[in-house]
Amino acid sequence: MWHSAIHILLVLLWPPLLIGVINKTKAFFGGRQGPPLWQPYFDIWRLLRKGTVQSRVTTWLFRFGPVVSLTVALAAALMIPLGRRAAPISFHGDVLLFVYLLVLGRFFLVLASLDTGSAFEGMGVAREITFACLAEPAFFFCLLVLARLTDSLSMAGMFAGPSQHDWQHHGAPLLLILTSLFLLMLAENCRIPFDDPNTHLELTMIHEVIVLDHSGPMLALLQLAAALKQLIFSALLVRLVVPLDFAGPWVAWPLLAACTVIVAVFVGVVESVMARLRMPLVPHVLTAANVVGAFGFILLVIPS
Amino acid sequence: MSSAATFLLAAIVLSAVSGIPSLLLPARTRLGQAIALLLAVAGGGCGLIGAWGVLQQGVLQPGEDEILRLQTPIPGADFVLRGDALSALFLAPVFLVTLLGNIYGWEYWRQGEHPNNGRRLRLFYGLLTSALAVLMLASNSVTFLVGWEVMAVSAFFLVGSEDDNDEVRAAGWLYLAASHGATLALFAMFALLYGATGSYDLTPLATDSIAPPLATAVFLLGLAGFGLKAGVMPLHFWLPSAHAMAPSHVSAVMSGVLIKSGIYGLVRLTSILPTPPLWWGGLVLALGVISAVLGVAFALGQHDIKRLLAYHSIENIGIIVIGLGLALLGRTLNQPAWILLGMAGCLLHVWNHALFKSLLFLCAGSVIPARHTREIDHLGGLAKSMPWTAACFLVGAAAICGLPPLNGFVSEFLIYNGLFRTVGSTKEAGFPAAALAIPALALMGALAVACFVKVFGVVFLGVSRSHDSHPAHESPWSILVPLLALAACCFAVGLLPTAIAPWLEKGTAVWTAQSAVASGELVASWSLKQISQAAIALLAVLAAGTVILQWRISTQGLGWTDTWGCGYTGATPRMQYTGSSLAQMLVAIFAWPLQPQVEPPKVQGLFPSPASFRSFVPDVVLDRAVLPAFAILARCLYWVRLMQQGSVQIYLLYVFAMLILLLLVAH
Repeated sequence: MWHSAIHILLVLLWPPLLIGVINKTKAFFGGRQGPPLWQPYFDIWRLLRKGTVQSRVTTWLFRFGPVVSLTVALAAALMIPLGRRAAPISFHGDVLLFVYLLVLGRFFLVLASLDTGSAFEGMGVAREITFACLAEPAFFFCLLVLARLTDSLSMAGMFAGPSQHDWQHHGAPLLLILTSLFLLMLAENCRIPFDDPNTHLELTMIHEVIVLDHSGPMLALLQLAAALKQLIFSALLVRLVVPLDFAGPWVAWPLLAACTVIVAVFVGVVESVMARLRMPLVPHVLTAANVVGAFGFILLVIPS
Repeated sequence: MSSAATFLLAAIVLSAVSGIPSLLLPARTRLGQAIALLLAVAGGGCGLIGAWGVLQQGVLQPGEDEILRLQTPIPGADFVLRGDALSALFLAPVFLVTLLGNIYGWEYWRQGEHPNNGRRLRLFYGLLTSALAVLMLASNSVTFLVGWEVMAVSAFFLVGSEDDNDEVRAAGWLYLAASHGATLALFAMFALLYGATGSYDLTPLATDSIAPPLATAVFLLGLAGFGLKAGVMPLHFWLPSAHAMAPSHVSAVMSGVLIKSGIYGLVRLTSILPTPPLWWGGLVLALGVISAVLGVAFALGQHDIKRLLAYHSIENIGIIVIGLGLALLGRTLNQPAWILLGMAGCLLHVWNHALFKSLLFLCAGSVIPARHTREIDHLGGLAKSMPWTAACFLVGAAAICGLPPLNGFVSEFLIYNGLFRTVGSTKEAGFPAAALAIPALALMGALAVACFVKVFGVVFLGVSRSHDSHPAHESPWSILVPLLALAACCFAVGLLPTAIAPWLEKGTAVWTAQSAVASGELVASWSLKQISQAAIALLAVLAAGTVILQWRISTQGLGWTDTWGCGYTGATPRMQYTGSSLAQMLVAIFAWPLQPQVEPPKVQGLFPSPASFRSFVPDVVLDRAVLPAFAILARCLYWVRLMQQGSVQIYLLYVFAMLILLLLVAH
């Protein structure tokens, strides 16, 4: 019972800290002091109390998009296993609901941005929907490998963490899907090398331009949703690498929180040492993620 | 005769005669249309009640469920109609979609605006409904073929309703040629079946009653014939033009129900053939995957809204066929879970596609008269002037992308579940290659999202792209009521799939005919109850969140302004992204199967004259395979024209010569 309470508290309060850690890491690489770690909390609180400016062209969809985005991110976060193996919402086949909830969020977010009738948003939407087509099959290849390894179709079963036996006998497929998942995390959270969260130029924007016209409380909801997605994907990676189930509850929850911070530092390092890819090369990298995942599946199936 | 049977018979008769009274009345009055609407609604209602009654029944004894038996001169081939759960599952969408289509047609195809073809359209609409019911209730191949032929020819007349237009006529001829090719394959198939078994009945065959090569020939002919009708790639080439050129409520019936008759034929055929070899299931699965992925890829390249929706029908037929392929693999490998999940997913997707595709076509029909164009790049901003149509189209778009909490997600959930079951199998006892259908389905889902974001965004959102002085206004209630009804059905199936699960289990039990399906298994073992609870919870939270956000925004100050243009104040509607711009990157990725054609603008000199840009994606199979093949065939058969002298005396000579020949052969 209190495991679920901790889960919900973590999901509501932890994600902006990860964004703060990423920004602090990038500042460190840039020789700057950077914004405080708690800046994203201040930003969200400030935006929640501001007024809104909306375009006359928009319809009710413009306000519905951020609501769907946050609801979906919260629901998905309640389905992933964090400190404990079982998530608050867990049933056989819930991984499909997880994936399609995120697709639902993306659908309404891009419709809310097309609502403004601006060419900027059109640009971002065109890129977002294209890269999503390449990212979805990659995620499912990872799910295929995990389904075969764990013989289960629930998030709790698949992301319970591979055993030592799995790492010994199926280490290669696991490493391949970890690579694929890391690339997917960068793509889904709009990080370099796929998207630049700092600049607001149409040459480089995907997610930033989709939320360009939102302001006030709607922008706060969108920022919280983006941070939540960062937590979700970091937690999935952590659960595959760190054997959290062998630790007791007093160790597992802080360990998971600390490991998500480490993943955030990794993301900050990647963002600092690389430049954003030219737009035509992004599909190549996503196809690479697909191929890596497919090879993982083939390596798992062929010897049997 | 049970009451369900009475209702079904009444439905068939009422629908068949619904168009006839208007033929006897003058073309200018609406009285004929009113009578046709009343009869059709009565027929549709009876049909729905009858189908529900059949679904509620338990397993029947053979001979107990006959609805009608008419003696015919052909020995062994009476006109017999029999209803079982499988037929009823396919009949329910038939009657629902045609009922709503008839209500839609009251304002959409007013008799006063279409005096030349209105009565003809209503006659064949009713005949189509009855023919579909007859073929889905047919218990032997002769009855089936009678229903099939009437359906095919009625649909031809419906497609060619506006036959003063060249393109409509061309679409009609293409449809007729494809349909008759399918019928030819079916005649051959039923002849082979009769030769093997000695009876016309469509009952499951014993395992050793048909030799494997003959069974393979029957299966392949059935796949060709029914696949041509269903629109499985690469036999889909007639579908886009036929669905685009027909009136919208006809397109809704064709997409929602007519192509399902091909699926019904495939399901029935595979239920009567004995245990299939492994490659049948693999072939069906592969065809399904190709149709699903390439169907939606082609849809991305279209900018005619109805052609686009037609390609999405091909994609969804692909999903249905994937479920069928999975069920076939389950029968070969004796895996009850694969059979149940594959067949339940296939049958539920038949329902779901009928619901959301009809909804989308009817919404398109509501939108097209507002601007008199089907080109999405000439539309825009219609959500403000047509809010109800826009909301219904949004529900249909979200449903077809398979998003929770709507119905598309439930059937895709079942099929994904079934495909994931194949992952755990080994090469000896399983078919792990079937798992590769999962990323293909994921790709298809993402492409569908891309396509419907493009369509909804370009047609309904933003600002109007054409300088039309007449503002669009919302359609009348008789057009909106079917839209809202279908949207409500999409929500109902998505939020309460547990109510439909028993019927799906009965349909699967009829299909396998050997092993019984434990009732309640879908809900208990495959998480349908949790999906239902999650969907209801999601809807509740979304509603609450919207209310809270609205309150927050209204209490904190709200300012209105123009859309930000980066300091450029001369923004025009033409600066918005068009449909082809949104789809351009994906069409470039799929350039090899799609073969997009681009006519770039010619910009020359320092002060160039106005130039235009054109891009389109023609149908590859039609342009590069079917039409050249038919052209070669026409050239080779040119010599046959020597026989067409045009003089009656020579034709009489032919008749005389053939008679002599037959008499000689008979001796």
